[in-house]
Amino acid sequence: MDEQTVILTIVGMTLVTYIPRVAPVLALASRSLPEPLVRWLSFVPTAVLSAMLFPSLLLRDGSFDLSPQNFFLWAAIPAFILAVKTKSFFGTVALGMALVAAGRYFFA
Amino acid sequence: MTTQTESAAASEIPAGKTLWSSGLRQVAPIVMGYVPVGAAFGVLAHKTGLSMLSTILMSSIVFAGSSQLIAVAMFAAGMPPFSIIATTFIVNLRHLLMTASLAPNLGKWRKWQLALFAYEITDESFALHSARFANGDDSRAVTFIINVTAHVSWVIASWAGFLAGATIPDIKPLGVDYALPAMFIALLCMQVKGRLHVLVAGFSGLASVALVQSGADQWSVIIATLLGATFGAGVESWMNKR
Repeated sequence: MDEQTVILTIVGMTLVTYIPRVAPVLALASRSLPEPLVRWLSFVPTAVLSAMLFPSLLLRDGSFDLSPQNFFLWAAIPAFILAVKTKSFFGTVALGMALVAAGRYFFA
Repeated sequence: MTTQTESAAASEIPAGKTLWSSGLRQVAPIVMGYVPVGAAFGVLAHKTGLSMLSTILMSSIVFAGSSQLIAVAMFAAGMPPFSIIATTFIVNLRHLLMTASLAPNLGKWRKWQLALFAYEITDESFALHSARFANGDDSRAVTFIINVTAHVSWVIASWAGFLAGATIPDIKPLGVDYALPAMFIALLCMQVKGRLHVLVAGFSGLASVALVQSGADQWSVIIATLLGATFGAGVESWMNKR
């Protein structure tokens, strides 16, 4: 593929990425929304975060992995407990990374 | 009026430093997550034969990690531009739900601020901002410090990866690839208020796993989110009726 086609493809990718990002805020930000929609939207952050998180913890290479070697899953348990108890953003990240690093160092 | 302006100006001088340190502290896990993935993208782009200009351009103007990695693989396979653009659209459509859910917090923002804010929304910055807004931290300055820092780190990491070619060091022993999952854990716990949210999290998370397993991985996040939010709203209105 020549350079010009590549760049035009990237511009196309930009448009189809940006429009869904910007359309909702431009359309909805300055408007008072109907109550059912506001309540539905209030569940979106929880739903979308878990939809992104769960597969990264439970799946490895596309299949279920509950083995002791799935450090992402086992590190998540103390990380969840710390996050719930302390609400510490940075502490949770540091603990999670340290546990995964330790798991790889000692058990991999 | 004058006193108001003066006091606002006076309180902004010491606040400047706090804004930066607050923004940089919060964006740190995102940067830790972006640097290795951005570098990996740069390496792949180099191997695929993309030019440095195209690589940096894609990270600068598309700025959507997983879709960029998919696009590079599709360029490598010689797929036509239309397929690459259509796939990018599907993979990134989930951002629509994210910015829609942030919109009720942005009522006082100017149009250009909304346009710039939306341009830099990724999975990670969305997760961070939705937790911040829920906790009453809606500073526009901090928001933009976070977004621009994340964006710049992504572009520089892609560029560094491209320059380094195949010789980037293995960072897995440091556990850096867990920075983003751990951040999602922390932010999810900040979002979850009450039992219904726990149910929604479990429902949506397991739906997403099932969708990935059934081969619908490009649609999994958006479908699982639609199902999860509808489930939550449905249960809530059912409980209110009783």
